[in-house]
Amino acid sequence: MDVKIENLPEVMFVRLSGEIDHHNARQIREQVDSAVEMHKPKKLCLDFKDVTFMDSSGIGFIMGRYKLIQLYEGSLEIINISDTINRVIKLSGIDKLNIKISVNQR
Amino acid sequence: MKAVNEMKITFPSLSCNESLARSAIASFVSQLDPAVDELIDIRTAVSEAVTNCIVHAYPDGIGMITIIAKIFEDGRVQIKVKDKGIGIEDIKQAMEPLFTTGGEERSGLGFSVMESFTDRLHVTSAKGKGTTVTLEKYISMQHRQGKRS
Repeated sequence: MDVKIENLPEVMFVRLSGEIDHHNARQIREQVDSAVEMHKPKKLCLDFKDVTFMDSSGIGFIMGRYKLIQLYEGSLEIINISDTINRVIKLSGIDKLNIKISVNQR
Repeated sequence: MKAVNEMKITFPSLSCNESLARSAIASFVSQLDPAVDELIDIRTAVSEAVTNCIVHAYPDGIGMITIIAKIFEDGRVQIKVKDKGIGIEDIKQAMEPLFTTGGEERSGLGFSVMESFTDRLHVTSAKGKGTTVTLEKYISMQHRQGKRS
């Protein structure tokens, strides 16, 4: 699991890659949260382009970052969501929250 | 129905073994030449079941998790994920979407994902003795034709 964080003036990009499960989620969370707490971005964008697997631990991760960015009155966007990951997202109902979701159709 | 192939693996409830469990089941099921989506479904469901054991069955320590997987003639895959942990007091409540005792950003969706990604989910549990989650999935015929010998 690899996390690349780029903080631009308008948005903080977080490029995730590899597998998001309960084991990896903790490490990703720590890295993202310390960057968010330091820079307090107006917008946090999580890029799932290179995420090869995600189970419901990923939902916990997205929900947690949503709550965190709300503390700073920022917004959350998740992009490059695969059909498979989107199935877990739909099941969770987080698509009904104020999160912008971009799905990549196969 | 008699199983045409089976496997059993046992490992400690360390979170690094979540990916091991997914890889092992994917390798085992691959002999049926499943569709990409079917394989993802199985990997995801097993990941949820194993994570439940790690987070809930053994909350204060490490215990053993056993996976027994069987392939039947009709293309059915049966996977049992067993632990000898604290057990589930109220299975019905535990299976409700979004119910969790996990804290630390657990979504409470584990059983919902297992149910949605497989054809059958069955849970038995005894307090203080452990839990067995049984997952079943049919691998579609078109992907198996000509692959069996």
